[in-house]
Amino acid sequence: MALRQTELRPMGKPVGRKEDPRLIRGKGRYVDDVMLPNMLYLCLVRSPYAHARIRRIDTSAALAAPGVKLVLTGEDLAQMNIDWMPTLAGDRQMVLARDKVLFQYQEVAAVVAETRAQAEDAAQLIEVDYEPLPVVVDPFKALEPDAPIVREDREQKSNHIWHWEAGDREETDALFREAPIVVKQQVRFPRVHPSPLEPCGCVADYDSARSKLTFYVTSQAPHVHRTVLAMVTGFPEHQIQVISPDVGGGFGNKVPVYPGYVCAIAASLKLGVPVKWIETRTENITSTHFARDFHMTAEIAAREDGKVLALRVKTIADHGAFDAAANPTKFPAGLFSIVTGSYDFKAAHVEVDGVFTNKPPGGVAYRCSFRVTEASYLIERTMDILARRLNMDPAELRLRNFIRKEQFPYRSPTGWVYDSGDYEKTLKLALERIGYEELRKEQAEKRARGELMGIGISTFTEIVGAGPAHTFDIVGIKMFDSAQIRVHPTGKVIARLGVRHQGQGHETTFAQIIAEELGLSVDDVLIEEGDTDTAPYGLGTYASRSTPTAGGAAALCARRIREKARKIASHLLEVSEDDVVWDGTAFSVKGLPGRSVTMKDVAFAAYTNVPEGIEPGLEATYYYNPPNLTFPNGAYIAVVDIDKGTGAVKVRRFLAVDDCGNVINPMIVEGQVHGGVTEGFAIAFMQDIPYDADGNCLAPNWMDYLVPTALDTPRWETDRTVTPSPHHPIGAKGVGESPNVGSPAAFVNAVVDALAPLGVEHIDMPIYPWKVWRILREHGVTE
Amino acid sequence: MKIRVKVNGRWYESDVEPRTLLAYWLREDLKLTGTHIGCDTTSCGACTVLLDGKAVKSCTVLAVQANGREVMTVEGLERNGQLHPLQSAFWECHALQCGYCTPGMLMASYALLQENPNPTEEEIREGLSGNICRCTGYMNIVKAVQTAARKMSGESQEALEEVAANGASAD
Repeated sequence: MALRQTELRPMGKPVGRKEDPRLIRGKGRYVDDVMLPNMLYLCLVRSPYAHARIRRIDTSAALAAPGVKLVLTGEDLAQMNIDWMPTLAGDRQMVLARDKVLFQYQEVAAVVAETRAQAEDAAQLIEVDYEPLPVVVDPFKALEPDAPIVREDREQKSNHIWHWEAGDREETDALFREAPIVVKQQVRFPRVHPSPLEPCGCVADYDSARSKLTFYVTSQAPHVHRTVLAMVTGFPEHQIQVISPDVGGGFGNKVPVYPGYVCAIAASLKLGVPVKWIETRTENITSTHFARDFHMTAEIAAREDGKVLALRVKTIADHGAFDAAANPTKFPAGLFSIVTGSYDFKAAHVEVDGVFTNKPPGGVAYRCSFRVTEASYLIERTMDILARRLNMDPAELRLRNFIRKEQFPYRSPTGWVYDSGDYEKTLKLALERIGYEELRKEQAEKRARGELMGIGISTFTEIVGAGPAHTFDIVGIKMFDSAQIRVHPTGKVIARLGVRHQGQGHETTFAQIIAEELGLSVDDVLIEEGDTDTAPYGLGTYASRSTPTAGGAAALCARRIREKARKIASHLLEVSEDDVVWDGTAFSVKGLPGRSVTMKDVAFAAYTNVPEGIEPGLEATYYYNPPNLTFPNGAYIAVVDIDKGTGAVKVRRFLAVDDCGNVINPMIVEGQVHGGVTEGFAIAFMQDIPYDADGNCLAPNWMDYLVPTALDTPRWETDRTVTPSPHHPIGAKGVGESPNVGSPAAFVNAVVDALAPLGVEHIDMPIYPWKVWRILREHGVTE
Repeated sequence: MKIRVKVNGRWYESDVEPRTLLAYWLREDLKLTGTHIGCDTTSCGACTVLLDGKAVKSCTVLAVQANGREVMTVEGLERNGQLHPLQSAFWECHALQCGYCTPGMLMASYALLQENPNPTEEEIREGLSGNICRCTGYMNIVKAVQTAARKMSGESQEALEEVAANGASAD
């Protein structure tokens, strides 16, 4: 692998990452590395109760403590008119609680002091007099008529937030009435947390002399943050500069605006000095937004030969105390209606009800396009239950029901138009590579000996890349994305994009796209993201949208440059524009390949030898509104062995075959798959954030909320099929979230398959060893 | 309290509060921000540095405990403008994504290879099990440590390229 990337035509090659030289030297610049003169530190005071009236807050001792410069309460913020802020889901959230707290660890006050330690010391001196209230943590109980009302600030005096449905109820019901086979399963997708290694944090720096607020924040969506902050604070947007420096992972956690950010800004505005707030891991898990927590029931109506007819889904979505899901405005349950997955259902009907409980707000799209992970898990789990009912091999059932290659573009029963795919080819490749038939033979032999081995399949379809803008917006802002390319006189390029990477390698992959389009090398192209004063407006990096949106913008922006370059080339070559051809690395004269000029020649001429009638310089901006989403897909197979003595599940093999369309950098794609499958593995086997009846968080840190280590994590196998997206400028689809979306069902299906001889049809995640152990003992299985 | 600590080959003197953690002293007093902090329970290892040659989680060591001793951070890996073989192997093997765990991973790997210059895959996974990476799924980190081990033991370029391309066997 080449670490210097001077070759032309870099598309599709495993070029080394341009971001790595600084990161391997410890020279990344993450938000906590921002240290400004006179900077103060902010620490938040949090509620120990999940639901309580605030009778009184006494800040006097804290204010008298060493180094303390300011204490903020909800009352102080109310005077600044920033005690509430909008969520990205159209709800509003308290910045600092007044009157009552709605979840444990909710933000109640903020202390600003000269050092981090002084702020933490003084925070402990703030006395809050609470009157505990009845708590509701179970979303089903929250819907009962006598449940405590979580949100007394709303007109509607109930914990029900919204009802949303998709598909055709009547047609679905009709198919169910006549279907010979109906299976039904209730499935919970646990409450999990993205937990990037770098927690959330910011430095707010208000310069009163310049009337400028510089806001450093670990953000996946800096432009959206700027706009939301302008809306919340009333501060003019052009006087806010949001800088998202190196971001230590995001996974959806760093899309929302959090109370700590608003408090740091309020403090900086009041004090006129920079104020830093960095959350602890405990604060990260207990207050910045969680993901999932979907309680789903699926029913499939099918024929006896296994052909599926209709799908019916009902879901209770636990949003905690504020509806802070990062969903496009018109989609309160996100893209959950992709739940028909890879299968050709005649009809489907999907209902989701959002519910408030006394738990932290959310849920964000954790490595997920807005609830597609929940949808994919549900359909892949339920298809396996149908296979079991029919006594049919789960691979065979899937092959019988796939949307066929020739059906694309395919309109799903809930209205999505899938762009492309070849599901049969992808599954067949996976079956062949894993040695499926041999594994089934081995399993049969082991079952005969009483050993527990399982094989789980997940053939998911993803939906990523929001826009298009006519359908999707966040807080009213249309979901396009953008690129701006400037070619310097020497043929070197700086390109800025509206997205913000957090490990995805945009500095490399977007350079590959632009270098490919302009006949340059990756070393010739510098990618810059994350500074709202320099980058064009964009919606940010999450939901696998960067390549589908900003990647498209980068390619089309480069082509816009090339069109202008062609005019300059015709001047340099002294032929008419019609006689100029572009061969991928140079412009030449039609029929005379020897007479050519490169992009570097053209760039120099754009500043030194501009033809008459042509604007000097060589730069362009492109705001790309994708015509449709893209639909990456894959076939994942897990093989597990279960220890009958302990209930421990060992993942013996896991193969991920992904079809993410055309690949920009196979090394980075493979890395994304490794990482995403690891997160899916953790969700399947290790992760949940439970609450006791009083609303106490029982997994508030990494001692109790488990993240897998190198020792826990299996080895992953990967492969690929390529079905280009027909509408994307370079045929790419996006890949980051696919492995996290597709893998949990494969793991759970494998475990349930291993336990199928005992009559087990379903186990809810996370599949802790004790759950399996208990099932084994209930069925009389011992060592 | 006054402390004197040798960091990356250079002595520093400082007056610190007794409760100051080594991680914060390195980051905020010495401005060596390569050492990261990712949790508050000594779980993640992002803050791993070497103290007298042993890997420690610097969020769980007081700065005063380092008095008179020698600390090496990620900034000390590169010598005379040459990347350490571990650094170049992490780059070549795509063993980092967001980069936040990378300094801790590099230091834990460094300590591992000091103790065991030719570890098996299982020994690498165990040796790095105090360090969490949320991005890579560890496969490429294991591959990078194997590649660095071979580089450090002076194997041929062809063998190294073979490892980088295909991974190494577990033996």
